[in-house]
Amino acid sequence: MSEFLQQLINGLSLGAIYALLALGYTMVYGVLRFINFAHADVFMVGSFAGYYAARHAPAGTLWGGLAVLAAAMAACAVLGVLIERFAYRPLRHAPKLNVLIAAIGLSLLLEYGVQLLFGATPRNFPQVFPSARLQFGPLTVSSNQLVVIVVSLGLLGGLQWIVFRTRLGAAMRAVSLNPRAAQLVGINLNTVVAFTFALGSALAGAGGVLYAMNYPSIDPFMGVMPGLKAFVAAILGGIGSLPGAALGALILGGAETLVGGSAYSTYKDAIAFGLLIVIMLLRPAGLLGRLTVEKV
Amino acid sequence: MLTVTDLSVAYGPIKAVNGISFEIPRGAIVTLIGGNGAGKTTTLQTISGLVRPAAGVIRFNQEDITRLAPHEIVARGLCHVPEGRLVFANLSVAENLALGAYLQRDSASIDRTREHVFALFPRLKERLKQTAGTLSGGEQQMLAIGRALMGWPTFLMLDEPSLGIAPRLVTTIFEKIVEINREEGLTILLVEQNAHLALEISSHAYVLETGQIAVAGASRDLRDDPRLKAAYLGG
Repeated sequence: MSEFLQQLINGLSLGAIYALLALGYTMVYGVLRFINFAHADVFMVGSFAGYYAARHAPAGTLWGGLAVLAAAMAACAVLGVLIERFAYRPLRHAPKLNVLIAAIGLSLLLEYGVQLLFGATPRNFPQVFPSARLQFGPLTVSSNQLVVIVVSLGLLGGLQWIVFRTRLGAAMRAVSLNPRAAQLVGINLNTVVAFTFALGSALAGAGGVLYAMNYPSIDPFMGVMPGLKAFVAAILGGIGSLPGAALGALILGGAETLVGGSAYSTYKDAIAFGLLIVIMLLRPAGLLGRLTVEKV
Repeated sequence: MLTVTDLSVAYGPIKAVNGISFEIPRGAIVTLIGGNGAGKTTTLQTISGLVRPAAGVIRFNQEDITRLAPHEIVARGLCHVPEGRLVFANLSVAENLALGAYLQRDSASIDRTREHVFALFPRLKERLKQTAGTLSGGEQQMLAIGRALMGWPTFLMLDEPSLGIAPRLVTTIFEKIVEINREEGLTILLVEQNAHLALEISSHAYVLETGQIAVAGASRDLRDDPRLKAAYLGG
């Protein structure tokens, strides 16, 4: 039982990171109806930004850690806005396939660009937050896991607040429901799209730092696997749905950790993609997604 | 108030609108009628900035708005109630109205406008918490017009407000359009397939055929025009 609970906590912290990434996929899909396949690489850039920011912050302190986190989020937000402005906006009215190709190209550009600038050798991510092991009866929780869970919850809460309580959040929801109607009530589509990219990329940046804290070896291709998993999580929860992305990520993180801790641990990665196949067969709209029917 | 000069719009190689010009004076109800594919909706979408024209100039209150983005055009008081209504289906009636006032900052005047919209369409007040997608077609049309009014327009473009709506409600909605025009002085550009109704409430009419203006004149005269009778008024 305690073994199970222990795995559940591990799964929760992994799922929380997937959630931060999955939200970016689902938000961009919500407003523009395409999958930003470069999102995983924004996550990777977040780790690198965190790595360099950590050199200028006091190591192993709460404030230093938060500063590193904030720096990575800010860097990624800027990167996200630039990506949208220069790669996707010119293709706004192009066929979706062109956008998809651009996204894949951009993903490769970021991966090999970072490799060119910083080299392909994996780097050790420093301990930015205070490090401790907390013992709750038979359960061990590392302070890093705790930071992951607390920070993710905080960010999810913040996102929820932005989306449902602010003017720009209302504009985002309006655009995702109907971009045309949104423009006709006076919403600036470009502002909303840029804001969405900034928001999603900032979350990915935070995810990059949190991931690197728990798997402290970063390299230019580290985003690929978590990116794919988070994409699956977003589909699992129902693409376009924010609570869906979080739910899908937690299920995926939990399932993966439980399998990883069992005798079948080699099949850990197969879980995510197996789930994708199952959900596509049984409930293509995802757990919380709904197939929209247009009223005529 | 609105002047359209030599407007042409193309979708790829297909010309949807081919060099049309018309003028809408302040305070008038002007209608644009014509069959399917005549270019009526495209014309409205171009005026509201959703579609970019290939050529031509659109002036609103003397200002050239041809290249402005939709939100900038709304901000100038020109509101478009689109074909098919496009209410935010998953949001409540109240949320839809709130989004209509997106560009308004003063909550007191937003509240006043909302009360005013309820006076015009009491049905909306009854259904305030209901999801817009579950409203009937006629109620959705009321909501779409109400949402546009929340943005304090001085000029309203209505695209096929009678489309897919119970006949009884069509009469109500047309009465309200006249009321909005008379009592609030809103200028209205009405696009309709239902030429009978449109000619009844408008002062001027333009008949579009395959992207060009085929007939133009005072609505009262067009009602008896033999050309129109044959084509649009059922003989």
